[in-house]
Amino acid sequence: MEFPTRSSPYLPVANDLSRLMRKVMLALVPGALALFWFFGWGIVFNLLIATSTALLAEAAVLRLRGKPVRPALLDGSAALTGLLLGLALPPLAPWWIPVVGVLFAIVIAKQLYGGLGYNPFNPAMIGFVVLIISFPLQMTLWSPPTGIGHEGPGFKDTLQLVFAGRPPEGETLDTITMATPLDESKTQSGLDLTWDEILSDPRFGNYGGYGWEWVNLAFLLGGLWLWKQRAIQWHIPAGMLGGLFVISLMFYFADADGYGSPLFHLFSGATMLGAFFIATDPVSAATTPRGRLYYGAGIGILVYVIRTWGGYPDGIAFGVLLMNMAAPTLDYYTKPRVFGQREEQDD
Amino acid sequence: MQQHMVTLLEKPATFHGGLHLPAEKAQSLTGPLKSAAIPERLYVPLSQNIGEAAEPVVKTGERVLRGQLIARSLGYISAPVHAPTSGVVSDIGDYPVPHPSGLSATCIVIDSDGEDRVADSGLKMENVYLSDPADIRQRVRDAGIVGLGGAGFPTAVKLNPGPDHVVDLLVINGAECEPYISCDEALMCCRPNDIIEGIRIMRHALHAKQVVIGIEDNMPNAIDCLQKELDRLDEKDIRIVPVPTRYPAGGEKQLIYALTGEEVPSQGLPIDIGVVCHNVGTAAAIARAIHHGEPLISRVITVTGAGISEPCNLEVRIGTPIASLVEQCGGYTDEAARLLLGGPMMGFALRTDTIPVIKTSNCILAASSKELPDPPPASPCIRCAQCTDVCPVNLLPQQLYWYAFARDMEKIQDYNLFDCIECGCCAQVCPSHIPLVQYYRFAKTEIWDMEREREKSDLARRRHEARLARLEREKKALEERRARARKSLDKKPKAGDADAKKADIAAALARVKAKKTENADAVPRNTDNLTTEQRAKIDTVEQRRNGKTDGA
Ligand code: SF4
Ligand code: SF4
Repeated sequence: MEFPTRSSPYLPVANDLSRLMRKVMLALVPGALALFWFFGWGIVFNLLIATSTALLAEAAVLRLRGKPVRPALLDGSAALTGLLLGLALPPLAPWWIPVVGVLFAIVIAKQLYGGLGYNPFNPAMIGFVVLIISFPLQMTLWSPPTGIGHEGPGFKDTLQLVFAGRPPEGETLDTITMATPLDESKTQSGLDLTWDEILSDPRFGNYGGYGWEWVNLAFLLGGLWLWKQRAIQWHIPAGMLGGLFVISLMFYFADADGYGSPLFHLFSGATMLGAFFIATDPVSAATTPRGRLYYGAGIGILVYVIRTWGGYPDGIAFGVLLMNMAAPTLDYYTKPRVFGQREEQDD
Repeated sequence: MQQHMVTLLEKPATFHGGLHLPAEKAQSLTGPLKSAAIPERLYVPLSQNIGEAAEPVVKTGERVLRGQLIARSLGYISAPVHAPTSGVVSDIGDYPVPHPSGLSATCIVIDSDGEDRVADSGLKMENVYLSDPADIRQRVRDAGIVGLGGAGFPTAVKLNPGPDHVVDLLVINGAECEPYISCDEALMCCRPNDIIEGIRIMRHALHAKQVVIGIEDNMPNAIDCLQKELDRLDEKDIRIVPVPTRYPAGGEKQLIYALTGEEVPSQGLPIDIGVVCHNVGTAAAIARAIHHGEPLISRVITVTGAGISEPCNLEVRIGTPIASLVEQCGGYTDEAARLLLGGPMMGFALRTDTIPVIKTSNCILAASSKELPDPPPASPCIRCAQCTDVCPVNLLPQQLYWYAFARDMEKIQDYNLFDCIECGCCAQVCPSHIPLVQYYRFAKTEIWDMEREREKSDLARRRHEARLARLEREKKALEERRARARKSLDKKPKAGDADAKKADIAAALARVKAKKTENADAVPRNTDNLTTEQRAKIDTVEQRRNGKTDGA
């Protein structure tokens, strides 16, 4: 009898790229729902536009490069990039904002570097940074976190706004948008108000900003599930949240009036989305266990620095990209000690 | 030589990484250990283990008896081969042997006469525990016993720690960790007396201070049977320690770590920390040889998988063709789609079942395509580091892969390629389905080839330069002689001086050059400072390698 041969190991595969990506997408659901709940239909449009642009762009570039299209689309990585960027964009931004951002992410940041696995920078964050630098105004178009069906713009109004750039009757862009707590805190503390004064505004909710704290909790939930599923490891989120917590605690203790509380920082803006879903993008992150911890901590600290002293309201994107640059070096200096080797041999 | 004591841990330590794999052992552990029928024709390879092949001492047409020496060992790392049954040597020639490439190698073919008449091996020993360890070692060597758990290193060598070492701990490896393989478990359940006897002999030969048997904790029956035997013998100095079931707990270094919390040095041997490790099957083989005078002519083999009608463990004569064993297990089922020798993690796939089993064969796995399917096509590495998390050696498999892929043979060694035990954990969890182990094997082969090439070219270069230097010297000497002759003729001494000086300088240069060539050899290599054991390992891996690349 004749049998086929190949190299070991032979057991059925225990793991799969597209399954991994599907898990990540599933874990995004609670956060996405929370965003939808508080910020309305704009979120849905963003996700739809971003994801379909991502798939189209990926398919087009792969075709141009003469690579097989189907398996690459099926692995889900392009769709995930689109989703992540879509979740980070303001809900009332015009339709071309997600399109431009995703095109940059997929075409430049991912495919020009060689496609999946070869990009040194997080594609979604490259897209985000391009947008926030080029279109700072459009990137502030957040609706108030009032919840759908309340005062915020409804489905039709949002549709008009996003695709035709027309605000609803009797309104202007200014009246229907509202600065995010991070934005606000930045402007306000620029006006020399103390944090207590800033926080007395009901908009700030309990600790992270009304709506935002729930959104962050939802992403945290999804992130923890992802970790439980072993789709991500704990090092990067723990490093990032730990770094952010420690540095904000230090400044908060030194001057509670001048700086936001650790809780504010942990549950505001894109902290949890960043910690569990963006910073954990494996391709552009550090890979050694210790390296991942430092990598996360670096992002956490950079996020704080940018939020507090930088020119942009949130610092996740810049923090992640800066640490992407540091990842190879981190990996090199944090090689684990190989079994049976003495400590001094492992640098 | 200074030596620190290794101590047994109260609770087994956990090594890094590893995997929980399905055991798949129950189907082959069905009944008592049966002896397989002796086939009409046996093919006994001359090379069945690491080290040099044995040399035939019989001729075609000669009658042999069971246990009679048919090929003698050559050198220290080599094992003799004995006739598995009585009959006639019908041929000595190349036949397919267990090898990933379907390679052929010299076998002694024996046509059984069906009588299985036994020869006196002269191995049997009275008063073992009063005798000289050297005498025991010699008999173990003469019995052709090699490590039955893995690569088949000659056991006598591992029973000789040398004058520099004290053996603190003798570890007996019963932690059969690979799925499907159950031959050690069957042996522990059915022949505990042989195992314990063998262990006692080894303990005596090694002057080992402590003895421990490490068994995976999912084999309660095996633990029970051995413990009963220990109780029966009132043997208090041999301990059984159940270790957590996690692949590769049966890896020598992993098991020693689990039991003692100590790491065998990278590129080193257990004896470096005062430990010697033998497999349970090897222990039983020693008892058979020393107490019953039986050389190693049979072993227990698991025949299993959904492709086998009646999976079981069989005691098999070395040289029995796999097809014959499958037949005795009810033949193939319709599902049989893949044939492996060894387990699904570290075994290798066979093209045909005509090849014989050898001393190191532990499992024949005829699997369905559901059990061992073809993997989906590989996609790019996403650097997810899941491979890092499961590597029991704490390597960075994705970096190794990267450098193997880029053929950067310097960097890959910086990342400790040679510590990789090819356990396959990394490839098993890789979401991109990259055949990582295949890359590592490829890289190892490349490096060994390169180093051998370099050795060769170094030698050639040295010869060449030596020749040039000699020619130079001769020329110089000639010139000097001429100069002297001219000087004595000519009254102008100046030119002659200059010539002589030139000659001096040239000679000095030549010397410097020669020095340099010598120094060029000082580059350290992987193949430097290897123990004979490692050297031998390289050779076999090498052999495997040559086959592997062909399959790839
Ligand atoms: S598991 Fe596979 S995909 Fe992940 S880092 Fe390792 S080699 Fe790359
Ligand atoms: S095959 Fe090598 S690199 Fe992969 S897990 Fe095993 S020891 Fe580590």
